[in-house]
Amino acid sequence: MAEKIDTKKVFFNPFSKNNPVIVQILGICSVLAVTAKLEPAIVMGMSVIAVLAFSNVIISCLRNTIPINIRIIVQLVVVAGLVVIVDQLLKAYAYDVSKQLSVFIGLIITNCILMGRLEAFAMGNRPWPSFLDGIGNGIGYAIILIITGFFRELFGSGTLLGYQIVPQSFYEAGYVNNGLMILPPMALIVVACIIWVQRARNKELQED
Amino acid sequence: MNKQSNSYSIIYIIVLAIVVGAALAFTSAALSDKQQENADKDKMRQILSAIHITAPSDSIIALYSEYITGSFVVDETGKKIEGDAFDVNVANESKKKDEDRELPVFVGKSSDGSTKYILPVYGAGLWGPIWGYVAFNSDGKTIFGAYFAHQGETPGLGAEIEKPAFSDRFIGKSIFKQGKFLPITVVKAGTQPSRGEDYVDGVSGGTITSNGVASMLANCLTPYEAFLQSLSD
Repeated sequence: MAEKIDTKKVFFNPFSKNNPVIVQILGICSVLAVTAKLEPAIVMGMSVIAVLAFSNVIISCLRNTIPINIRIIVQLVVVAGLVVIVDQLLKAYAYDVSKQLSVFIGLIITNCILMGRLEAFAMGNRPWPSFLDGIGNGIGYAIILIITGFFRELFGSGTLLGYQIVPQSFYEAGYVNNGLMILPPMALIVVACIIWVQRARNKELQED
Repeated sequence: MNKQSNSYSIIYIIVLAIVVGAALAFTSAALSDKQQENADKDKMRQILSAIHITAPSDSIIALYSEYITGSFVVDETGKKIEGDAFDVNVANESKKKDEDRELPVFVGKSSDGSTKYILPVYGAGLWGPIWGYVAFNSDGKTIFGAYFAHQGETPGLGAEIEKPAFSDRFIGKSIFKQGKFLPITVVKAGTQPSRGEDYVDGVSGGTITSNGVASMLANCLTPYEAFLQSLSD
């Protein structure tokens, strides 16, 4: 544990170079499900940031007491508890969004990014770096969600956050919303395009 | 202390479970009023949708008290019984025998001032529950409007029942034919039902959900027969 860690790297690496979604390819399933509109994508992103940051801190505080043979169970209990709390808060303060997100908030528990960060980072580092790691990875996840949601809502519905963006005169001139953007496969294709752009710009990520 | 011993693990997990459980119980207790309020508002919004009133989320309660003038509970014979219509759990009632059911009725007025009767319905689609509200004109025969919702039907197929394009097909349909009570059925586009009742076209690609809507209407509207009959007398 004595090993010195660069907190700046911990925080900023997940944004691009070590992004959980587009480099580690984790948590893809929720990207498919919640990005048809921008608003649920933002709320989902913030929920994951919150759950990831707090579960990282809690596990990091407990790391020296957790019996090694039941550590996964302990991690799951902490994550599940936090997810239920987030779900309850959304039901109380953002009812419409919580209806749109329905089961996917509950499914944050199964998001591979969470267990990955807890096992790989929080179990071996002090609370403050763990907190930054949680926030950083959460933001890395949220960025991808928001970019995907932005393109899918703009081209699929012609709106952003529910506001009409594509002017009416376009529709009168024969422009039609791309219905395919609303369907789940387009989320994968948009994510693939993001990966493409990112690998083209970062030579070290390219595989042979 | 030996952290690898079984007793340490067991005590650890028990303490953790109690702490997390207490935190969840506290959250749930602290937020339940607010959540109930949201759920009630959502129900009001759905009831208003059946009489073609779209309520923005900040004025639901005001619009509800303006357009919903009363509510009561009837039994299968059409007599009013004790109870608050808003609190009746339609999901549970729809599973009981007709004669045991508590049947909520919401009385509303449309934007032109005429009286409408709004009846809740509840049934099963392909993947989960479907429900809705059907508004009748004051004669208790023809449908003024309908609202349907679902929990998890397939988007683009069964989920189309929540769109006005589907629910508006019910407008003007009658549930009495030559004095006989016949609930509206949902049929495959281009076909006709055998008994001569009024029908609407189902959602293409959503046959099981469409059939679910039909059996939901049959199951939940049939007990209202006596009540609806009494409206036209």
